[in-house]
Order: sequence, then C-alpha cells, then structure tokens
Amino acid sequence: MLGAIFFKNKLSVLNSVTKAYLSSHITNISSILETILKISRLTKKFGSLTAVDQLSFSIQKGNVYGILGPNGSGKSTTLGMILNVVNKTSGDFSWFEGFESTHEALKKVGAIIEHPNFYPYMTAVQNLELVCKIKGVKKERIEEKLKIVNLLDRKDSKFRTFSLGMKQRLAIASALLNDPEILILDEPTNGLDPEGIHQIREIIRKIAAGGTTILLASHLLDEVEKVCTHVVIIGKGKKLYSGPVDGINASHGFFELKAKNTDLLIQILEGHPHIAKVSEKDGLVTAILADPMEPETINEYIFEKGLSLSYLVKRRESLEEQFLELTKQTHSA
Amino acid sequence: MLRLLDIEFHKLRYSRSAKILVFSYFILLSFIALIASIEFNIGSLEFRVADQGIFNFPFIWHFNAYIASFLKLFLAIVIVSMISNEYSNRTLKQNLIDGLSKKEFISSKFLTVLVLSVASTLFLFILSLILGLSFSDDTEVAVIFSDMEYIFAYFLNLTGFFAFCMFAGMLIKRSAFALGFIFIWWVLENIAYGILKWRLFRETEIADKIAGFFPLEAMSKLLVEPFSRLGAVQMAATQIGSAIEKDYSVHLTDILIVLGWTVIFVFLSYKLLKKRDL
Repeated sequence: MLGAIFFKNKLSVLNSVTKAYLSSHITNISSILETILKISRLTKKFGSLTAVDQLSFSIQKGNVYGILGPNGSGKSTTLGMILNVVNKTSGDFSWFEGFESTHEALKKVGAIIEHPNFYPYMTAVQNLELVCKIKGVKKERIEEKLKIVNLLDRKDSKFRTFSLGMKQRLAIASALLNDPEILILDEPTNGLDPEGIHQIREIIRKIAAGGTTILLASHLLDEVEKVCTHVVIIGKGKKLYSGPVDGINASHGFFELKAKNTDLLIQILEGHPHIAKVSEKDGLVTAILADPMEPETINEYIFEKGLSLSYLVKRRESLEEQFLELTKQTHSA
Repeated sequence: MLRLLDIEFHKLRYSRSAKILVFSYFILLSFIALIASIEFNIGSLEFRVADQGIFNFPFIWHFNAYIASFLKLFLAIVIVSMISNEYSNRTLKQNLIDGLSKKEFISSKFLTVLVLSVASTLFLFILSLILGLSFSDDTEVAVIFSDMEYIFAYFLNLTGFFAFCMFAGMLIKRSAFALGFIFIWWVLENIAYGILKWRLFRETEIADKIAGFFPLEAMSKLLVEPFSRLGAVQMAATQIGSAIEKDYSVHLTDILIVLGWTVIFVFLSYKLLKKRDL
C-alpha cells in the first residue's frame, strides 16, 4: 500500500521524458492505482446506426489518455454518455469506482465538449461564477484560473465579444475551477489558428505536468502523440487498440532499399526468413520485418548474394501510418 | 433549493431582455391603478370609473385579478426564452456537464416559475389593498379579506400558464416558435370546442364540460370575467329585461384541473429532457 502511494506521488511529478519510459511499468501496477473511470461494453445506437459499439476501457489516476479516431468514429458520443448528456443504449460506466451518482461525480470532473458553451450576455467572470455555483466551489479561484489561460485582462468583457481561441481558453479555465480529478477535452484545438493551437497545447502540457489526469479526444495524431501516455483508438464505434502510446509502435519496422536490379533484389529479400512482406513502388523496395534485424545484417546478406545496394534505410511506421492501417481494417471488415 | 434558485437568478440577472420584460411587467401591473383616474364627461354627465364600484372590497380582488391575468404574457416571454436560450446557447449541455442533474435543471426552472408567480401575486395583493383602501365604500376588515380565493386563483392561473410555457420551451427549443406553439394551441382548443359544441353535442352542456378539461380553458375558467357583476351593468341588464345569472365563483374542479395540468407539464418537461440526447 505504501508503495502505491509512493508511486502515485511519483506519477504526479512525471515529466514528458520519463513518462514514456515509465508507462510500461505503470500498466503493471495499474490495478492498484485509483480508477477514475471504468467503461464496460458501452453502446449507443441512433436508430439503425451503432455509433459506439461495446466499448470498454478504464482510466487510472495520473495518466494522460487520448481517444483517437477519425471524424464520426464515436468519440464525442462516448464522451457525451459519460458526461450525462447522451443516453446510453446499453453497457455501463462508473465514475470513481461507482461510489456516487453521475452528476455528483461530474462536479469533480472538468470537461469541454467541442464548442465552448457559455451565456453570451455575461462577462467571463460572471460565467465562471455561475459554474462555481453549479459545481459548489468557492469563487476565489476564478482570477487564478483566468490567469492560467491568459484571460485576466479580458475578465470583464462579455463572452460574445470573445474570439474562438479566447472562448476555448475560457472553457479550459471553467473546467479547471474545481481543480478536477480529471480533465476531459474534446477536440480542444479544432478550428483554431496555429497560434491558438499552440497556446492551448501549452496550457494542456502545463496541466498534465501538474499531475492532473487528462482524457483528450482528437482526430489529430500528433496532438495525441505529443501529449498522451495512453491511447484508445476507435473506428466506427469499435475499440481497435488501447494501451500505452509506445505500445502501438511495437512492430519491428521496415527497410526501404534500392538496387540497380530491382527484380533480383525482391527475389533475394523474399528468400530471407526474417522478412514478412516485400513490395515495390517506383524502384523503391519496401521490406516489412517479421523479426528484429539491423540494417548491417541485411546489407551483408544481400552483398553475399552478389548484389550491391544503392540505398538502404530502416524505418519505423509512424503512428499516423499505423493509425490509418488500423482504421482501414475496419473499413474493409 | 436555494442553490437552484441562486443559479437561475444568476442567469436572469445579467440578461438585459429578461430584466426589461420583468420590469415593464410590474410597471404595467401598477397601471391598473390608473383606471381609477379615468373620467368621462358626456355633456353634463360626469362619469368616473373609480366611482362605479370596481374598487370596492371584496369585488376588487376579482376585478384586479382578472385584468392583471392578461399581462402574464410578458412574463411568459421571459419563461419561454429562459428555457429555449439554454438550448440555443447550448448552455443546457454545459450545465449538465458541470454537474447539474436533469432533475435539478427542471427544478430550478419550475422554482423560478413559482417565484415569479408568487411575486406577481403579492404585488397584485398589495396594489389592490392600497387601491381598495383608497376607493372602497366599505373598509371593514371582514369585508376586505373576503373573496380572497380570487387571489389564489390568480396565482394558480399564472403558475399553470407558466408551466405550460416552460413545457413549450422544452419541446420546441426556439422562443419564437414556442410562443407560436402556445398561440396555435389556444386556437386548436377553440376549434375543438367549436366542433364539440356545434357539431357533436349540439344544445347540450357536454361540450362545455369537455372543454373545461383543456389546459388553457381550465386556466381561464379560474377567473370569470367580472364586468357583468358591476352594479351599472346589472342595472342596465334588468332594464332591458334580461337579468344576468352567472356563476363567478372559483370552482374546486377548475383548481384541480389546473393543478393537474401543472404537474403534467413539469413532469413532461422532465421526461423530455431525460429522453433527449443533447
């Protein structure tokens, strides 16, 4: 038990460098960490369309989770269900191990869904005061949170006069008012200009560094890759992958090769026991590995077979390629 | 409960249109007092409305309640828009995400309806009391506080109507269309009554009995028009040989029907919100 407490504290001060290294260890002890949210076989049907299909995953305290999926894959519907605004068709979810009702639990959650929703005729401060009243927290924190998102100088401006980036930042301030156990963000950078995107990501990074659990839904891979330790990939409402972000990169990578005699090269490669698949495009041959292998080994092997390479590179699939691969499978299935 | 009222009051306090409508409502309400100063001069005949007995206790309760009940349309706009704006600003969704339950949301709206009805009723009570004390022929305490059921009927008339407005706002989600819906409902009630009265149950009381169960009709039956009760009108009627015999009292059945509709409207609003995906 002491060990668990120690580890929890340790988690809260993780920085992004050690995060990746520790994530594999974290999964091993995740069962003794506090579960913030547990979703089991959650399903939502809109008429004949199944938007979310038997989705299960759980969220442990201290991690940064990403829900990744193309537009229309059921990310927002899933978040809608756990946030009490979309009715589930079947399945279950429980907040904080099910000790309290959903709406009580939501007072300990900070969430922003798609568009920032506030009363246009109220100022930033008035809007946040209302949120304080709903969540039952003290108003003293308003200024502090506005400062985090850089809106202190506009605190008495009406919400309707805000730009989209400012609205989004106000939404983040609002979600932070109760010092939430978990922060849920749905496409937080959608529709923002590069500067706005940068500002929001900086804020998210700061919050994550403070040890807050984050659930980030996005269709942008680099966003998830940059910020998250864990990822749930969904396509057409089904879970395709869930686990640490590095886990998704677990394949052995592939070689890209070129030689004068392309046909011979392909023939040699196909004969090699550690190579799973060979393909060719415009003279560039791609060989996907079935087992780990260093480029020196393959170079020597090919040279022994009497062919000299003009080009050799070992690459790993980017998250993007794997993501496309994963989602493609469901399309054809 | 106070927390819910506090939340709703916070929403209304900063809305300029809501403030203007509520203020103009209470100002218009106090204009009833101006009726007192209406004077006609027909040749040598001087006619002062205040002298016709409309401000006599206990008649004044009935008269003022009836006149004031027309002004409720102002507050109806506030109520419809305080519901539909939550949809159009998507703040309803945000409220729920922030941890307000659907039940609490409906409760906060209905509590506001009750507070507005109580405020309006209290205002009318005080206004009528002042007017009555200034103009009534009879100011015995027993007379002053008789016929108080009209004040209660006024309160119920407002509450029932506002509950209907709340439901319309929940159902339609757009203020203008919701107000249109209320108007169309009123037209439909009248058409239904017309069909019942002149086609199905000619020359019987059945049509009136059925129509008494319609929500808007039941609300208006709570407060029957008071004009034919006036001495001058009664006198004129007897002169042309047709005494007006009409029941002006507040009936328990009407009270129960309006209470029933109020419960139904609040319950349906809740069911509607519960079923909807936002």
